[in-house]
Amino acid sequence: MNKTAIAVTLASALALSACSKKAPEELPPPPQTTTPTPSGPPPQTGPIPGSQAHFAQAMQGRDTIYFDTDQYNIDPEDQAALRQQAQYMQQYADIRATIEGHADERGTREYNLALGERRATAARNYLVSLGISPDRLNTVSYGKERPIALGSDQASWARNRRAVTVILN
Amino acid sequence: MNIRTLFLSVGLCVLAAPAFAQDAGQAPAGAQPVEVPNLEDEGLVGTVTDESAWQDLGIAIPAFATNSNQPTAANAQGTGALGLELGRVVYNDLRNNGLFRPVGPDALPRPAYPEITAPTWGAWQGRSAEMLVQGYVRANADGGLTVGCYLYDVQLQQELVREGWVVTAADWRRAAHKCADLVYSRLSGESPFFDSKIAYIAETGPKGNRVKRLAIMDSDGANHRFITNGQATALTPRYSPDYSKIVYLSYLNGYPRIFVYDIGTGRQTLVTESQNPTMAPRWSPDGKWILYSMATGGNTDIYRVSASGGGTSQRLTDTPGIDIGGSYSPDGSKIVFESDRSGSQQIYVMDADGGNQRRISFFGGRAATPEWSPRGDQIAFTHIAGDLRVAVMSPSGGGMRYLTNNWQDEAPTWAPNGRIVQFFRTAPNSGETSIWQVDLTGRNERRLNTPVGASDPAWGPVLP
Repeated sequence: MNKTAIAVTLASALALSACSKKAPEELPPPPQTTTPTPSGPPPQTGPIPGSQAHFAQAMQGRDTIYFDTDQYNIDPEDQAALRQQAQYMQQYADIRATIEGHADERGTREYNLALGERRATAARNYLVSLGISPDRLNTVSYGKERPIALGSDQASWARNRRAVTVILN
Repeated sequence: MNIRTLFLSVGLCVLAAPAFAQDAGQAPAGAQPVEVPNLEDEGLVGTVTDESAWQDLGIAIPAFATNSNQPTAANAQGTGALGLELGRVVYNDLRNNGLFRPVGPDALPRPAYPEITAPTWGAWQGRSAEMLVQGYVRANADGGLTVGCYLYDVQLQQELVREGWVVTAADWRRAAHKCADLVYSRLSGESPFFDSKIAYIAETGPKGNRVKRLAIMDSDGANHRFITNGQATALTPRYSPDYSKIVYLSYLNGYPRIFVYDIGTGRQTLVTESQNPTMAPRWSPDGKWILYSMATGGNTDIYRVSASGGGTSQRLTDTPGIDIGGSYSPDGSKIVFESDRSGSQQIYVMDADGGNQRRISFFGGRAATPEWSPRGDQIAFTHIAGDLRVAVMSPSGGGMRYLTNNWQDEAPTWAPNGRIVQFFRTAPNSGETSIWQVDLTGRNERRLNTPVGASDPAWGPVLP
């Protein structure tokens, strides 16, 4: 990871702690492929650079952005995460990604499919605005069908209203 | 009247009827009516003006008789045992739907074959039965069955209606449903609904990794069958009006797309070749059109396409936001649908070609998944205000009324006669789903028996 990326990471981490009004109360657990790493440059050994495992590790949770109920706008916190994703995709210029859009369980099934698509598209459009070719990005909505947080409470719903960027290996 | 002769004449009529073609395919076989109902007596219909009046009728439903116990593919113990099962199906149809005050064959003496057309009035009057349903079953030489169904007014000592059907052994339950429909229609003045099927999504596995399969069953939960194997998530099925196809959403190739599944051949085709996600499929009442919703650049609109395939899709909505779903009025002239163009999910009506779009839901909260009653007089929908509840309103948006009150009830579907609504209920935390039904009065709420979790019920029309 270069210096700029680290700076962005720190800046967005600060932003996250400073204005976490809509962020989940607790950050989602890191993806299962990630091993906890202290801050600093990634180890020389580990996931293959440009792979989904490497991406997830490098993003440290910022492979996912979160939304308010029924909303799909990209707020400054999401922008910081997406900038970090874009930088990664610029560094590994041949990789492609799918953005998975999700909704919480407190809505009707069909609408949530459309809402998940709208959220994934919002994230995709922002990445495109940062210079990522649209040919490298596609979207899929899972509506409320694939929750990551399994409770029926506000904190779980906040974690489930999300768009997750996944590198296609 | 010579009862024996009457009975024999019925029997002759039955034998003279052409045998129903035994379709090797999966398409549902039609039960062949072999006798027109006796319309001589119109007395009772004229008196049934109040629902509560007919609901209180005590109906005795003893086991069906058989002329002689014959082997049949429908029951390992022969037509005698099958007669008991027929009575039970009729009884359970009425009882489970909160109709009348039925007493079933397990609590009643079994009439002998000659009594079917000559009830022993005194015995039934002594049981305070106001109505009596008797029937018979006979094995036919071709392996099929002939089932007769008779409804009597015990007080008047009079036959009200009778009908008979020739069915394949595999379809024996349909004859019982037809009998229950006959009784229900004659006494309530309502249209029949028991002889119908339901498509739904069978759900298994934990909330975080749920398997969702397309499945079908009869209206009473019998003849259950999984259609898909669960490798691809399946959602939101709808039976075609003739039951030959099911349109539904599948993640077959990793992305949500609407497929038209042919029940007879098992083949399925994409509703449109577009690369965009497609959702929320619906049939027109005449089966000629399929509605679907498609997202383009995050914006979802409703389209219609000819159900015969190969045609060009026509876009019906074009506002920014999510326009989704859609349900035709019974005459096919209008479509009720859902849109968040005002900022939140609300219900709108448009002409079938997309014209004259106007919002009809103005009662606070959000309103989703509208379904037009087959009678045309009501729209069922999901009301969202914290909890999700099933409600109904008139097609102009008036008279909004809740039918359920639970944590999460959604996606109503109508019984073919528009008197009962099914929906699915999700439990908090576990996310377990189940199909329930409730009648239009909000009473008689009950859970349907399904082998596993169940969601997205879609009730089809009465079988021919």
